[in-house]
Amino acid sequence: MGKKKEVDDRFKKFGTVSFTAITKTNDFITHLENGKVAGTKCLDCGAAFFPPRADCSHCLTSNMEWFDVAGSGKLVTFSKLTFAPIGFEADVPYCIALIDYGPYKVFGRISSDLPEEDIQIGMEMKTVANTVSNGQLNYVFAKA
Amino acid sequence: MEKKVAIIGVGQSTFVRQYPGSIRELAFDGFKDCLLDAGITAKDIGASVVCSAPEYDKQRSPAGVFAEYLGLNPQPTFYVESLCSSSTTGIRLAYSLVKSGLHDVVAVLGFQKMSEISSSESQERMGRGADIQWESPFGTMMPAYYAMYARAHMEKYGTTPDDLALIRVKAATYGQINDRAVYRKPVTFEMFKDPENIMGRPVATPLRVGDCCANADGSSCIIVASAEKAKSFCKKPVWIMGLGSATTSVNLAGRDLFSGLSAAQDAARQAYEMAGVTPKDIDVAEVHDCFTIAEMMAYENLGFAEPGEGKELIRGKETYKDGSIPVNVDGGLLSKGHPIGATGGSQVRTIVLQLRDEAGDIQVKDPEIGLVHNIGGVGLYGNVTILGR
Ligand SMILES: [Zn+2]
Repeated sequence: MGKKKEVDDRFKKFGTVSFTAITKTNDFITHLENGKVAGTKCLDCGAAFFPPRADCSHCLTSNMEWFDVAGSGKLVTFSKLTFAPIGFEADVPYCIALIDYGPYKVFGRISSDLPEEDIQIGMEMKTVANTVSNGQLNYVFAKA
Repeated sequence: MEKKVAIIGVGQSTFVRQYPGSIRELAFDGFKDCLLDAGITAKDIGASVVCSAPEYDKQRSPAGVFAEYLGLNPQPTFYVESLCSSSTTGIRLAYSLVKSGLHDVVAVLGFQKMSEISSSESQERMGRGADIQWESPFGTMMPAYYAMYARAHMEKYGTTPDDLALIRVKAATYGQINDRAVYRKPVTFEMFKDPENIMGRPVATPLRVGDCCANADGSSCIIVASAEKAKSFCKKPVWIMGLGSATTSVNLAGRDLFSGLSAAQDAARQAYEMAGVTPKDIDVAEVHDCFTIAEMMAYENLGFAEPGEGKELIRGKETYKDGSIPVNVDGGLLSKGHPIGATGGSQVRTIVLQLRDEAGDIQVKDPEIGLVHNIGGVGLYGNVTILGR
């Protein structure tokens, strides 16, 4: 009997239900635990990626560094769900949205304390780390 | 027009809420309908391509199972998928198999038995046709993604929920007279205004129940053949004039356009160029109206209207049977139903019947060129196919 191998499956903590356990971007979860939402930047060509990538398809290299998604971006579009896929029923209603930061965009949820009537396309929003009610981690968009 | 590769047979099952049989039996229905239409036997078919979106049923590698059940052994068969556009991807493959000379006659079989799982499971499956690592953990589903496009389109162009309701009303007008459709009931504009009526109930704002297509079980089959075989088997071959196919970033964060689908624009450009025609030459079209907003964007992405002016087409009833560009006069995905892997084949069937002047109650007057727009995922895959008689 060999020793049980350590498996780095931090990514199973992401979102209400995660569908991925193992990824080379697992450090994303540690950043979230530290209250930071992070993307990756290619050290060879300088491209900034969100969602973070482990590899640059342009350079065919994997020299990445983490950067913080800081400041604010503009709300591109959103939708409030009143019916959820299986596994997300307890979260309803919630808004999914896309924020444009310029060099990259961020897809996620709008903070549940922001009423739908206060949400306007084009408004400035910031991305903040968040703990879901079931103890999982994600990030949400709040008014900047 | 190049007359090298033809469609010599079309068929589909009746689209139903819950098919009372297994997937091979479901496939048999569309296959039989197609062989009777083509007037050929399984022996005449050189290869088959089986198309569906995975994970709705338990069968792995359905192609081999269907080949046996349909009498297609020992000919080669294989499975392809591009979610909701799987069967027009199958047509693209069949075209290349025939054009290359590898096979003379290829059957493209699309199927989906969605009723094997519940509606919320189905939403989860479809949601996982997007980015499962970075988007699905937020609780995404198809109506919500398309709702984000609807919101962006409304913001940019002043399109309204009422315009979208008009598209649903048109679909139901024709779904009622299509005996293969899953949803045969009328839908009126007033239903969207009535708080007691389910049509106006929000699913993912600004989309309502009435904006969403009907899930269905169904199968379709298209026979693609060389010019030589087409001439020997078929009195009214319909020719594949143009094929376009494109993709875009799976994650919305990787996209720039939210008031239209770039993969549809790219596929349309390729198909028009290959066919040597323009949007004005299209006499009848089938577009992928999985949601009302998807049909609105299709009008614009296919060049039937300028960006932002799609609403004028539906307000003026230009996309009805007697309008300037009839679209989805078989009820579309909204009313005929959307059995994922069977949908593209069913769209092609409708256009082939139109071009043969065999479309019955929904026949458009004397069409020469038709178009099929079939989208997989949230605009992830785009296939545009142009057919001529
Ligand atoms: Zn790079």
